[in-house]
Parts: sequence; C-alpha cells; structure tokens
Amino acid sequence: MKPGMLLLWLMPLLPPQVQATQADQIKASHAWIRLLPANLPAAGYVTLDNQGSSAATLVSARSAFYASVMLHQSATDTTGSSSMRMLDRLTVPAHGEVSLAPAGYHLMLQEATHPFKPGETIDITLDFADGSHLRVPFSVRPANAPD
Amino acid sequence: MKFSRLARLACLLVLGMPLAACQRNETAASWQLTDISGHMPDLAFQLTNDQGKAVTAADYRGKVALLYFGYTHCPDVCPLTLAHLHVVMQKLGKLAEGTQILFVSVDPQRDTPEALHTYVTAFDPRVVGLTGSPAEIEALTKRYRAAFSREPGKASDSYEVSHSSGIYIFDAGGKARLLATPDDAQDKLVHDLYLLLSAGGTP
Ligand SMILES: [Cu+2]
Repeated sequence: MKPGMLLLWLMPLLPPQVQATQADQIKASHAWIRLLPANLPAAGYVTLDNQGSSAATLVSARSAFYASVMLHQSATDTTGSSSMRMLDRLTVPAHGEVSLAPAGYHLMLQEATHPFKPGETIDITLDFADGSHLRVPFSVRPANAPD
Repeated sequence: MKFSRLARLACLLVLGMPLAACQRNETAASWQLTDISGHMPDLAFQLTNDQGKAVTAADYRGKVALLYFGYTHCPDVCPLTLAHLHVVMQKLGKLAEGTQILFVSVDPQRDTPEALHTYVTAFDPRVVGLTGSPAEIEALTKRYRAAFSREPGKASDSYEVSHSSGIYIFDAGGKARLLATPDDAQDKLVHDLYLLLSAGGTP
C-alpha cells in the first residue's frame, strides 16, 4: 500500500477540528453564591482562567435554578456612590484571568426556583461568544460569608 | 503605649502645650479612617426599625453607631459591607456590645420592616434595619450628603438604586467622628472602633 493511501484510511479517525472552543480554554475556580434570605437577588462569583492562546468572551449565563441570570458590574463613582450596571459581554484575554468578585463583576441571580441552603451546590452554565458552554458548580455560602 | 506616654511628656516639657490639646493631636493622628469630626452633623433621625417600632437617634445614644445606607435588593456591595462589619464585630469581641450598626434603606417602597428584619439578621445580630417614608429617608441622606437615585431596570417594575457606600461612625454622644469606605481594610475599622469604644466614645 502506498503511504498516501494509508493517510486516506486514517483520515476519519483524526479529530474533526484541532481548534479548542472558548469554553475548553477556561478553567473556572472559586465559584460561589452569596445566599440572601427571602428570595432576594443574589450574586454569583467565579474566577475565570483562560489557558488558551486566544481570548474567550462570556456573553451570557443561565441556570435551571434561577429564572434570570445576568452579567453585572458594581462600580463606585468619585462621589462614593455605588451602583450596578448590566454588561453584554466580558472578555477573558488569552492566558489571562478575570475574577467575578464582590464589589466588581458578578452574576446577578434572580428568582430562585426553590430555597437553597448554605453548603449546597448549584450549576450555572456560562455561554461563550463562539457558542460553546461551560457548566460550573457554584457552592452556596451564607449571607455573611467573608470573600 | 510607651511611645504615647513619652509623647505626652514631650508635650508638657518641651512644647509647653496644655496636655489636653496634645492628647487631642495624638488621637487625631492615630485615626486610620477619615476623621469627619466637626464636618458632619450629629446623628439625628426619625425612622421605623425592623420591628416596626418608631425610633429616633436618641434611642441609640450611649453606643458607637455605624450608619450605612443600602437596600435589600442589593446583592453585591451591601452584603459585602455587612459581611465585613460582621467580621469587624467578631474581632472586637466583647467591645462590640458597645456598637450599633444602623442599616438605613434607601428603598423604602420595597423594604418593609419585615423585609429588612430578615435581611439584616442574616448578617449580624448587632445590625438594626431602619426604614421610613421617602421624605424621612431623603432628609437623612441629605444630612450626610449621601445622595441616592433610582434608575429604571429592564423589567417595568424593576429598578436599581445607586447609593452612597460610606460607613458613617458616630460616638456614643451622637457626634460624627469617622468615615469608612468599603475599600478601607477591616483592620482600620477594628483599630479605630477599638479606640472609640475603649475611650467610652470620647478619647
Ligand atoms: Cu447586580
């Protein structure tokens, strides 16, 4: 058999694409939810570490446990006034890290499907710009948990 | 301790300053938070506490009061501040009994006394939630130049509130003394509260 023929035979066995998805490049850590009483909106936090050589852009998030999950940013202006705004996207640079942490970026979690308890784990799916997804387990912590 | 005694001695002997004036300078220099003594009015308000009872600032005289403006539908910055204050209270140990954290809602439409009660007790037993009529709340925020505003949210019935993030600290006599920002380290709060509390609110 000629060497060219052998390659043809092996072709279907090779992975269809070498390019990793944005979700594949992201390592999520320190994922937690600050639980608030009475079904008040809660915040989800996570550190996103991009181990790939291209940027990954978070465009949305969702969870079976919350009716609404939004990407938010808290900011304090020069007068010391604090407010939150909604973000369309959040880019994690190549080989870079972005932290969703208290008083900064957070996932705004609204209308939980049922009451949670500290110690439980809740899955939130992060959607990236290339259509890939990453399911991340978030641990539920009490309202007064230190960050 | 040794140093401060030396400093006092230096005041008396070298500078010839009255001891009281010198001690005042010494205290002023040792605050780690922003000193607002004389720059902000005394603590005064007429509001409703989280038990539904009408209260005034006089009800909290005798305790070092920490005044903070927020609202329960604030899932990020307000809980962070209250969680920090909880740690500060733990670090102060027994001295914390001389403090009172006042969480004033700038969202009285949604924050009923019951809603506030559930919220504040999730953080620390020393937090009292205060609410009132929009006019009463506005009067208090204006008094401390802690402006707040309401911005419409995505859904028609939702809105976001922007609010001052400072913690105003009053001594046991109701005098404005210090201002802490959420960025100030917990240790600074512990340090200054320790000074205020151990001196009976009047160092
Ligand atoms: Cu938010």
